Amino acid sequence: MSEDRQIVLRLNGITKRFGPLVANDRISLTLERGKVLALLGENGAGKTTLMNILFGHYVADEGDIEIFGRRLEPGSPKEAIAAGIGMVHQHFTLADNMTVIDNIVLGTEPLFALHQNLAAARRKINDLAREFGLHVDPDAKISRLAVGERQRVEILKALYRGARILILDEPTAVLTPQETEALFATLRGMVARGLSVIFISHKLNEVMAIADEIAVLRHGRLVARRPRAGAGKEEIAAIMLGKEIPEPKRTPMPAGAERLRLDGIAVSGENGSGLHDIALSLRAHEIIGIAGVSGNGQSLLADLISGLIRPDAGSMTVNGQPFSEFTPRRAIAAGIGRIPEDRHATGVIGDLQIQENLILEQCRSPRFSAFGWLKGRAIARHAQQLIERFDIRGAAPTTLTRTLSGGNMQKVILARVLEIAPKVILANQPTRGLDVGAATYVHEQLLHARANGAGIILISEDLEELMTVSDAIAVMYRGRLSAPIPAEQITVEKLGGLMAGHGFGEGAQEEAGHAA
Amino acid sequence: MDFLDIFLTVGFWAATVRMATPLIFGTLGELICERAGVLNLGIEGIMTMGAMVAWMWVYQGGDLWTGILVAALLGAAIGILHSGFSVYMGLSQHVTGIGITLLSMSLSYFSFRMLLPGISTPPKITPFAPWPVPGLSEIPVIGEALFTQTPLTYLAFLAIPAVAWLLYRTPIGLAVRTVGENPMAVEAQGINVFHLRTGAVAVGSALMAVGGAFLTVSVFDAFYFDMVNGRGWISIALVIFASWHPGKALLGALLFAAFDALQIRVQQASDIAIPYQFFLMMPYVMSILALIVMSRRAAYPKALLTPFRRGER
Repeated sequence: MSEDRQIVLRLNGITKRFGPLVANDRISLTLERGKVLALLGENGAGKTTLMNILFGHYVADEGDIEIFGRRLEPGSPKEAIAAGIGMVHQHFTLADNMTVIDNIVLGTEPLFALHQNLAAARRKINDLAREFGLHVDPDAKISRLAVGERQRVEILKALYRGARILILDEPTAVLTPQETEALFATLRGMVARGLSVIFISHKLNEVMAIADEIAVLRHGRLVARRPRAGAGKEEIAAIMLGKEIPEPKRTPMPAGAERLRLDGIAVSGENGSGLHDIALSLRAHEIIGIAGVSGNGQSLLADLISGLIRPDAGSMTVNGQPFSEFTPRRAIAAGIGRIPEDRHATGVIGDLQIQENLILEQCRSPRFSAFGWLKGRAIARHAQQLIERFDIRGAAPTTLTRTLSGGNMQKVILARVLEIAPKVILANQPTRGLDVGAATYVHEQLLHARANGAGIILISEDLEELMTVSDAIAVMYRGRLSAPIPAEQITVEKLGGLMAGHGFGEGAQEEAGHAA
Repeated sequence: MDFLDIFLTVGFWAATVRMATPLIFGTLGELICERAGVLNLGIEGIMTMGAMVAWMWVYQGGDLWTGILVAALLGAAIGILHSGFSVYMGLSQHVTGIGITLLSMSLSYFSFRMLLPGISTPPKITPFAPWPVPGLSEIPVIGEALFTQTPLTYLAFLAIPAVAWLLYRTPIGLAVRTVGENPMAVEAQGINVFHLRTGAVAVGSALMAVGGAFLTVSVFDAFYFDMVNGRGWISIALVIFASWHPGKALLGALLFAAFDALQIRVQQASDIAIPYQFFLMMPYVMSILALIVMSRRAAYPKALLTPFRRGER
């Protein structure tokens, strides 16, 4: 083994089962010193499970791990850290009401010491931050930091412990395109200093930009492994999906009557997190995409249009009628179909049957109830029809909804929404966590509803998704909404700039400075 | 006796400090548990157990300090039982806590009856005598109120800065505060969440038991049924009142104790034409009011009541 091709990590036949599901099936992998290995695969392909085994969150059922030639004790993050592994989790593992330095030094000192040496820690953090371009104030509270800064803290945590192998789980999901570039620069700096990186992603473009080697997972199996140089994007995509799935095409369509209008909407929130002066006009046969880094007011906007919260100022018009009583019931009656952000928490009731979930919004309608009694047969028939029409797999009307996969659960929600032919559809992150096949199905259905005359608001963090199906895209930044940009004029750079707050009014910039 | 005269008597202030002592132990104990993310509703029972065990140890011929130690150890053991259910098995902390209180309270009464069958008047022991601090106890008023107390009271007042230092200045304190905010942050830094939480609950429960023991080996000289009398529940309220900060816990304990001491004296003053039950109620009304005011801004530990299960998000 020569110095420049040193194997730092070796996974041997890792298998992990969750009940009947085989999340990882005999995966063997190696990682070289100073290289970026991209772990590519769809949601649910087993990437995160594999890394959680490597970091000791889970114990593999079979197989073992070698780091720098030594066997790693399974099931212990402490051992993994000691062996030189650092992990940046997709959901950050930070305590929000503590400072950066607290989060970083946690677990680095002997637990039963009588005091902490924070001065030395602060110096070391500042040195690392300078060396790797990870600027962050060590004494800032995590809750005051933006998402990109929090990620830098996570990376610093790993470097502070002397990590030689850094795992990043979907690190770009929460970043603007510009922040992603900065992250890539940091990663290249690390690799140049001899660190190795495992980069988990399902975004092909990013993988092609940063990886030295690409490993593709599908349904828990390692299906391909090749150097980036010489690998074709189409080839990798085909391997990742296992088949070609054509993305539906959006055909231009003249917009119709106005379906939804927001004027000067304001909602107050804690430290500037509300909505400010939102204006929007949505017409029939139109999909308006709403982009933005998560946490910039998209959820509030969705809650508002769903009738869950009421604005402090401004007005909303649905289908030409003023909408003044902000309750979910009125929203449903006005013809607003809602696909909520979190399908498990607010989309369906997991412990109810599919047929019950399908009539949640119409249970008072004479179709399904009379004199306060539910009409069991009509409900079951209704459910059976929708299950067939929307191809909900593995489901009978009486199946408990929580037993469905994410994609099929989303189909239940789609069926409930689309069946009543709503005038306005609010789709909030409708494809989050779905595999490409299921996501494509959602897109098809949204385009179908558009052709039938609905106006659709599509809130998403996935720019590719937005650019595929939207007629226009507006960007949310710190509670403000930009004017929609027509599809023909959209570029990633333009959206990225808006997502970072460029081009918003004086007020937004000022608040941005304030928060930073 | 005039109402305002009560505040001028040294006895009132000395009583306030004395009555605050079990509340300080209880509140600090509960605070440590909750900072680690575990609500310990076992507190009322653990205090009862502490009171019974310490008294019984001394009654059977044991030393006073050893009695305190035994109470603390048994408290810790009950704490570990609590965490077996609430931390390791991830069961509801409410249900577990109530169960622990019922269990340890009944167990205390049962053991008392078993060990001393057929006794009608509770037997007495020789409790801690007041220990005037040399020099300081000579100061007028303050000397008598603050520095002529029993050793456990001094210990309680010293425990406050000790717990504050532990939580805010040491690595273990940082870990405890973090595990109450986001257990995943602790796990990802290589610290065992289960061990950490169990340790915190054990230490907290030991403090609660010492608070109970104070009642039988320092204030009174006998063990009565129901002698803890809701002090555990009050401690839980005081933790919220204190917004999970040890320093403010002292303030809350003193305030509540002052109302309690006042209530006793007003009962005895015959010329006040208000039914004594009204004054009996006062400390509790005050604590509800204080909670409403104080808990508005309280930032509670985010992972409180949330069990941690490995391999879940």
